Amino acid sequence: MAGIAETVQANGHESYLDHKGKHKGIFAWILSTDHKRIGILYLVAILSWFLVGMTLGGLIRIELLKPEGTIIGPQTYNAFFTLHGVIMLFIFVIPGIPAVFGNFFLPIMIGAEDVAFPRLNLLSWYLYMLGGILIILAIFLPGGAPDTGWTFYIPYSVRTSTNMIITLSAVFILGFSSILTGLNFITTIHRLRAPGMGWFKMPLFSWGLYATGWIQVIVTPIIGITLLLVIIERVFGVGIFDPALGGDPILFQHLFWIYSHPAVYIMAVPAMGVISEIIPTFSHRTIFGYKFIAYSSLAIALFGSLVWAHHMFAVGMSDSAEFIFSLLTFIVAIPSAIKVFNWTATLYKGSIQLDAPMLYALAFIFLFSIGGLTGIIQGALSVDIQITDTYFIVGHIHYVVFGTAGFGIFAALHYWLPKMFGKMYNMKFAKVAFWIIFTGFNILYFPFFIMGWLGMPRRSYHYLPQFQVYHVISTVGSWIMIAGILMMFYNLIKSVINGPRVTERNLWGGETLEWSVATPPPLTNFDKIPDVIDGPYEYKDNDIELEEVK
Amino acid sequence: MSTQEQAVTAHVHRDDVGARMGMWLFLFTELILFGGLFFVYSVYRFLHQTDFHVAAKSMNVFIGTTNTAILLTSSMTIALSIVALRNRKKILSLSLQGITVIFGLIFLINKYFEWTAEIHHGNYPGSPELLSQPPGHILFYGLYYVMTGLHGLHVIIGMIVIMFMMRFTIKDVITPDRIVKLEAAGLYWHLVDIIWIFLFPLFYLIT
Repeated sequence: MAGIAETVQANGHESYLDHKGKHKGIFAWILSTDHKRIGILYLVAILSWFLVGMTLGGLIRIELLKPEGTIIGPQTYNAFFTLHGVIMLFIFVIPGIPAVFGNFFLPIMIGAEDVAFPRLNLLSWYLYMLGGILIILAIFLPGGAPDTGWTFYIPYSVRTSTNMIITLSAVFILGFSSILTGLNFITTIHRLRAPGMGWFKMPLFSWGLYATGWIQVIVTPIIGITLLLVIIERVFGVGIFDPALGGDPILFQHLFWIYSHPAVYIMAVPAMGVISEIIPTFSHRTIFGYKFIAYSSLAIALFGSLVWAHHMFAVGMSDSAEFIFSLLTFIVAIPSAIKVFNWTATLYKGSIQLDAPMLYALAFIFLFSIGGLTGIIQGALSVDIQITDTYFIVGHIHYVVFGTAGFGIFAALHYWLPKMFGKMYNMKFAKVAFWIIFTGFNILYFPFFIMGWLGMPRRSYHYLPQFQVYHVISTVGSWIMIAGILMMFYNLIKSVINGPRVTERNLWGGETLEWSVATPPPLTNFDKIPDVIDGPYEYKDNDIELEEVK
Repeated sequence: MSTQEQAVTAHVHRDDVGARMGMWLFLFTELILFGGLFFVYSVYRFLHQTDFHVAAKSMNVFIGTTNTAILLTSSMTIALSIVALRNRKKILSLSLQGITVIFGLIFLINKYFEWTAEIHHGNYPGSPELLSQPPGHILFYGLYYVMTGLHGLHVIIGMIVIMFMMRFTIKDVITPDRIVKLEAAGLYWHLVDIIWIFLFPLFYLIT
């Protein structure tokens, strides 16, 4: 067993994991302002919540095996799909990549010792945990778990007797945590880049986080005030969303989607950043169209904030409003497509190495293309009327949110986890798990498109018997996927606990700064803040480069 | 040992420009938070123009104007306190910070009397009198309570923040050379002020 001394010997100094601070035991973690430790605190919390969300999703799938009740009652079913949405979106994917991998790697990748506001960073984590605890309270307190769907649509979210106020407060607090993380990252990127690292020498992951930070800062306050207004409606009955008192429920939907559509990009853009790191590393070739990828992140942030009403084509807006929002929806596809073309162009003539992170990255491109193109279908006004509130949209969001943000997190885990802990997972096992997840994913979610197209309504407890065959296929797919995910977690957790130790700095032959520091990184990341000369993806001859690093 | 020394330097790392940038970004999110309410206000004002007009007549313009003057003056006193500390006049700076808090308190007291009077007249959410009036009135008063209430909450937070700044100034955590905390608190107080500058015409002067 290689002990601390050996790591110190190999790297010249102790890692952040071995560092003895002024606190002991668990306090060395939950009171640490080290961005790497905070990243790992998030990692543990987020993956635990993911397992909760996945369990709920699996139970929903089992329930839908038969057209009438199977294992749970209708009220429980409503609570399950609500909690599945709330947990997966607000607690898992929205914080997911920025809070875990952004925290851990952003400062290292731009050559900084920490984020701009380390204590604020820890506060974000506490707010995140508070939000999670409130969700748990909302589930178990008398009154019952929320049953409105994750969209909290008015008027039901005011009328239902379930624990809405706690749920809404939880999402409000999670939003606050998200804002503080975004604000921290924007300032970090502006102020703490290493000497010589100009904007266009930044790794694309930092560009993704930068664009995401702006989306978080710009749109999250809107969901904050909206949820606050719903709470005020419930407590005081002010009437802002109540038609009986002159209010307008549709206004709630506008406010809600002004946040919640860009929130899709809060999930996707950092994942795209991860993919932009993995693809060049495993193709051993510079990224194609660096500036286009960087600018397209900003373009997505901009246009993505202007398309919200395409969630509301069926509620009765003016024709001109519908036309404009439909047009903008098509436009937002352009920067996304630019990224897809650049990634695939990067593969061309690269020496591709199909390790687990690369497999997840390639799956990301495939799933994101399906998710994105089905989004375009819904952006067309006439088609959207047909498929509004059907399983088509459910399929679309799962391809987009799970296929991009989810697979982005899995890709990042396989890419960076050995760097974070200095332990390697079983690559063969990881590849097998990947193929099981990927197969299960498509069997689970692709039937959603077909039955949605045929008219199966979303969130429905009972359904017509002709849809049963699709539901059964989908549920079988969910079993395959869950098995694969459990295998993946088993492999990764086992590697962290007693996997083979790695001390090699550059595990995959990447050219970004995190591969130039020790594995696992030392407490202050760098002995001396590096002076950056080359761009992030200038692969010369990898073997020579690796020699120099050693 | 060397790593521990590095750790210490890492945590006293100081970047005033960065701190200010973070504060501005935070203020920006606050503006958008209120922006959502201004958005709701503008929609309902557009839909119920005359109702809003009539409902605003019952507002006490005198108290509103007084409060505007108080908040504007308090913005000046907090700005002066920063200048005073930069010129190494600690006592003056402290008293100016104290005056700012007192102005905030007077503002809230006025607000209390104003709300009490309105509630006494039956103009509060869910009251039978208000429910018998047209929807524009109900929405006007609903928004009045929500928006000035949220603003009042910000006044309270601002006062607490400034009281912390007074403590920091006394304990020399804030010094003429390390003044960025006080500056950030000042910026926050200006935000509280500027939101009121928009609330005042929207609720008191549209008659």
